Amino acid sequence: MKLLYFAWVRQQTGVNEECVTPPNHVNNVAALIDWLRERGPQYARAFEDVSALRVAINHELVDFDAKLSKDDEVALFPPVTGG
Amino acid sequence: MTVRIQEHDFDVNAELAALTVGQHHVGGLVSFIGLVRDFGELQSVASMTLEHYPGMTEKILGKIASEAAERWNLSSSLIIHRYGYLEPGDRIVLVAAASEHRVSAFDACEFIVDWLKTKAPFWKLEEGNGNAKWVTARMDDTAASARWSVKK
Repeated sequence: MKLLYFAWVRQQTGVNEECVTPPNHVNNVAALIDWLRERGPQYARAFEDVSALRVAINHELVDFDAKLSKDDEVALFPPVTGG
Repeated sequence: MTVRIQEHDFDVNAELAALTVGQHHVGGLVSFIGLVRDFGELQSVASMTLEHYPGMTEKILGKIASEAAERWNLSSSLIIHRYGYLEPGDRIVLVAAASEHRVSAFDACEFIVDWLKTKAPFWKLEEGNGNAKWVTARMDDTAASARWSVKK
């Protein structure tokens, strides 16, 4: 699974993108975020408050209950501000 | 329907002229240019750096342009959105819509700008006087975007 981080999420995790292989029980977005938090203090900080977190799977915005599969590209970022 | 995401500036006159070349049924061309301000969430903004999500940005901008074309009878439309390091006065975005009649062109242009604000995956980092702040999504932008949610 490919993960991408943008804006302050990228700054807090310290990573632009990475490939990860979460365990099988991590089958939706909420479970992925819980799993990421355990990966280190910078992840715990980045995902401490998820109220301002948005998630896209394969370029589509999704809710936290969206299902994941191992070939997905998952992006985690703050609310967008285009224009 | 043209969508471009680029780091460099654009030539407004050339871009707008190209939209209506040979299209003599067009009666109105409406355009919007978004600029970097010297104030924002920081009192004094010296620079704004725009980050985006390559791949998703192209898709979303294409969808917004398609949605505008479905809702209004447009001869052509244009979205050019910049990313990277910008300073106050710099152009960020050019949106334009051409139609036989002005009302469609005005409405489509405003619709595209409103949807860019809330749907296009860009993030803006303001810096000035030693401070840095990511621009937060605005409630009034969400409201402006939502008023287009019911198709006319």
